[in-house]
This record gives sequence, structure tokens and C-alpha cells, in this order.
Amino acid sequence: MTEKEALFSYCLRLGDDALIHSYRLSEWCRNAPMLEEDLALTNFALDLTGRARALLTYAGEIEGKGRTEDDLAYRREERHYFNNLICELPKGDFATTIVRLLFTATQEHLFYSELTHSQDGTLAAIAAKTVKEAQYHMVHASDWVRRLGLGTEESHERLERAIDELCPYTGEMFETDKVVAVLQDKNIAVDNAAIRSNWKTYIEDILREVGVMVPGSQHMQTGGRKGIHTEYMGHILTEMQYLQRTYPDATW
Amino acid sequence: MVVSSFSKDDIFEMLSEIPDPEIPVVSIQEMGMLRDVVMTDEGCEVIITPTYSGCPAMGLIAQDIKMTLEMKGVPSVSVKLVDSPAWATDWMTDAAKKKLKDYGIAPPLHSSCNKGNFSDNVILCPLCNSDNTSIVTRFGATACKALYRCEDCNEPFEYFKCH
Repeated sequence: MTEKEALFSYCLRLGDDALIHSYRLSEWCRNAPMLEEDLALTNFALDLTGRARALLTYAGEIEGKGRTEDDLAYRREERHYFNNLICELPKGDFATTIVRLLFTATQEHLFYSELTHSQDGTLAAIAAKTVKEAQYHMVHASDWVRRLGLGTEESHERLERAIDELCPYTGEMFETDKVVAVLQDKNIAVDNAAIRSNWKTYIEDILREVGVMVPGSQHMQTGGRKGIHTEYMGHILTEMQYLQRTYPDATW
Repeated sequence: MVVSSFSKDDIFEMLSEIPDPEIPVVSIQEMGMLRDVVMTDEGCEVIITPTYSGCPAMGLIAQDIKMTLEMKGVPSVSVKLVDSPAWATDWMTDAAKKKLKDYGIAPPLHSSCNKGNFSDNVILCPLCNSDNTSIVTRFGATACKALYRCEDCNEPFEYFKCH
């Protein structure tokens, strides 16, 4: 694998995480429990879409085949999307959405802090912007975990259920493979495994604060980085790609 | 080959009047979004940088730049978006921060305020300068603003979040 191929894959992975998670967050638009939260979740979705645009545009430039952000966002087959599976799981109840945000934003805050030191100037610049936004998401999700965890019996239970459901999807965020290794050699990519302990500490601290059991080590789901998805991904793409598939090259 | 009769300074001068589409009291130059102008054989290339990742105004800004310059007779204008180095609110000029305040938006604190727990930051009321303010919501009408309330003059106001 050449450095160029690895960098293309790396940008697609990060771009797809943002694109697909943004899709799930935006499903709360007009459905959130309160207007303030409606605004918050759609603001986050906007941050993620912005990040996806920067990363997919850059991926297209690296590939050098003239593909734009839109070509990459709307014109790929399912097996050519490389987001982590946690991004594509259904939005679930509010607790599920908040726990997913806590898990991913905490990882992103650590990951993008490291990526600001990347030898690749474009990735470092995207990271500098993203790290601030991810911190905002992380703080917001943390506040909600406290409110749900220390709220009613029902909210506490739902929080626990969401954590149990999503924990098996967190291992993927710290996986490493050939793509990462090739780029790590050039000081372009982040050592995913190295940020795991800080992630774990932050998550465990906050869960302990609200009296939720931290799940022990368990079997972790995997496949997203290889393009192998859950059954939900196809449904996302059916809706997301509808227009471009029905009216190819539509412009207005 | 058409040799442009405009200098780089001329172009900057023309661009200085383009307002931020969402906060029209400040220009894109004062906001720190206008990064450079490169004179080319045919015309010029204007280099801008996005503020927030998802700022939906960037397309409109690029269009405003093209329209403004073309109306002044600058041929062949292109606009390029660059991410590096990343924009931060520290790039805003002091004049821009003052204009924001006069407009009723509390200007951003220095970006080092991101380091700690930012709910501890004291945001001064842009109307009466009181430090007795409280956050209403971290999210406002645009991605870059949060909503506050002054406990002294009771006015709600927007705070331009530091980034």
C-alpha cells in the first residue's frame, strides 16, 4: 500500500464517521425533547457535516480522479463506506443518542488533539478546528449523562441500557491496521491504541459519578473500517442517496 | 494575456467592504476570514478560510467576493478555501470585537478559555458591562454563538463563542 492510498483511505474513514453520525443526529431535528436540545443536536450535526466536507474534499484531491465531496458522499456503494459501526446504529432513544455522542466525542477530542501534530498540513488544520468542536460535544454529552444518570429511575435505566448496547461498538475506535501503520511511519496518523486509556478513564469517571456500572472487557464488534456494515447502513444510504440515484447529476 | 490593472492593495480595498452575511456589522476581513489575494495573469485568486467547520455562509461569501470584484471590473476572479492554518476567534481584529459589542453581541474571549471548563468563564453583558450574567443555552441562532442573560439589566444577549 502506498502512502497516497493509505491517506485516501484514512480521510474517507474520518469523513465517513462524521457524515454518517451527522445523519443520525439530524434525525432529531424537530423531534428532540425540547427546542434547546433540538438546536444543540442539529448544531452538532452541522459541525460533523462540515468536518465530513473538508475530509471528503481532501480525499478526492488525494485520489486525483476528480471526485468531489458530493461524489464521495452520495455515489459510493455500501462496501465503500468506512465509518465505525457505532455511527450508523439507529438513533434509538435520547439516552442512546447521548451515550453515542459521549463515546465518540470523547474519542474524537483525544484523537484530533493528537492529529493537530500530523505532518500532513491539511489534516492538522482540519484537526485544529475539529478538536474545539469535539470538546464542545463532549462537554454537552457529559452534562446530559449526569442529568440522565442522576435523574429519575427511568432515565437512569435508559442510560444503563444505552451503555450496554453501545459498549461493544467502542473497540473499533481504537483499532489499528495497515492504513494506520503506513501513515504512522510518516507521522501523519494518530496511534489509535495509545489514546484508549485516557478515553477509558474519562468514561469510567463520569459513569462512576452517576452510579452506573462500567462494563468489563467484552467481545467487540468490528468491520466498519473494512466496509462491512450492520443491516442499518443500507437503509441510511437508501435515503441519503435517493436523489443522486434517481436524478443522476442533478443540479439546481 | 490580459494584464490586470489592479494591484493587490486595490483588491483588498474592494474586499474590505464585504460584510459577514450573518453579522453584517463586521467585514469578512475584520473577522479574519480573508487570508490572501494572489494576483494571476488573468485576474486574481482570493483565499479565504472557514470559521466553523459547518459554517453555511462560506458559499455565500465566495459568491459575494466574486460579485463585488466583477462589478468593479476585475476579470477572472476565483475563490479558494484553505483550512491551514486553522481559523480561530483570536484572528478577529479588536475593531471587529468592538463592533460586535456595539451590535449587542458579546465578543469572544481569548481562545485559551477553551482549555478549562468553559462554563466558568465570565462573559460581560455587552449592554451594561455587568459581569453578573448566566448562560441560557450553549447554542444560538448560528453555530458560532451561545445565548446568555444579564442578571442586572435582564437583557438576553448572544455571546460569540471562542473557537
